[in-house]
Amino acid sequence: MGSLFENMQGVPLNHYIWFCAIIFTIGVIGVLVRRNAIIIFMSVELMLNAVNLLLAAFSVHHNDPSGQVFVFFIMALAAAEVAIGLSIIVMVYRNTQSIDINVLNRLKW
Amino acid sequence: MGTSVFYFVATLSVFFALMVVFAKNPIHSVLYLILTFFTFTVHYILLNAQFLAVVNFIVYMGAIMVLFLFVLMLLNLNKQNEPNKSTLLRVIGVIAGGCLAVTLIGSLKSVAIADPLVLKNPSLGLVENLGKELFGPFMLPFELSSLLLLSAMVGAVLLTKKEEKTNG
Repeated sequence: MGSLFENMQGVPLNHYIWFCAIIFTIGVIGVLVRRNAIIIFMSVELMLNAVNLLLAAFSVHHNDPSGQVFVFFIMALAAAEVAIGLSIIVMVYRNTQSIDINVLNRLKW
Repeated sequence: MGTSVFYFVATLSVFFALMVVFAKNPIHSVLYLILTFFTFTVHYILLNAQFLAVVNFIVYMGAIMVLFLFVLMLLNLNKQNEPNKSTLLRVIGVIAGGCLAVTLIGSLKSVAIADPLVLKNPSLGLVENLGKELFGPFMLPFELSSLLLLSAMVGAVLLTKKEEKTNG
């Protein structure tokens, strides 16, 4: 494992930032483009993961373990969020027979 | 081989993430999401964050993905029944996302932290080090997150319970 990392020493931090920005943007595009509520949830997961990876990279950069502890907390939070969100989706499906989020547009008013 | 592993895995994760968003069938989306999370696990291993790699593997690829698959199959949504958004809205969404990407990358370009990532302390991401941190200064947030998980469990059960028909 140690020798694996030694091969990695050369990647600039910039490239981690660009990569995570691209993944985050893909998540945003997914939220904007799709109407299936479950796929919107998956896009939110993608965004969370991009931020997690960036936090881990910065924690290595600053040699500070707090960043990785934060990633651990975000993962616990994501698990809770997915459980609640999917149960809300199940309830919406039970009431409307559809998971198209457009049927929820009355929430606007 | 040097740093090429990172670029190879990064390309793979971008490709799989795009497939998650643009796949027609929701089941395929979930499967591509599993592959994306697997590439993220590889990224954590490359950063020598072994604890995070294991947690990512278990929590995301084990728990969360099984939850997604269960819900998709319980709702019987494996056929494509999503009414399509109009092409105009799709194009506008992609353009807005592209603008966000350009803004993010352009503004972070001026930060210019171009020094290569160097691991000063090889045991940074190991379980021993993180456990000391977690049960030292982060004791209270750790206990609070257990409370959060408990309340999420109770909330999920409460939300999905069938409502009793009250005749009155």
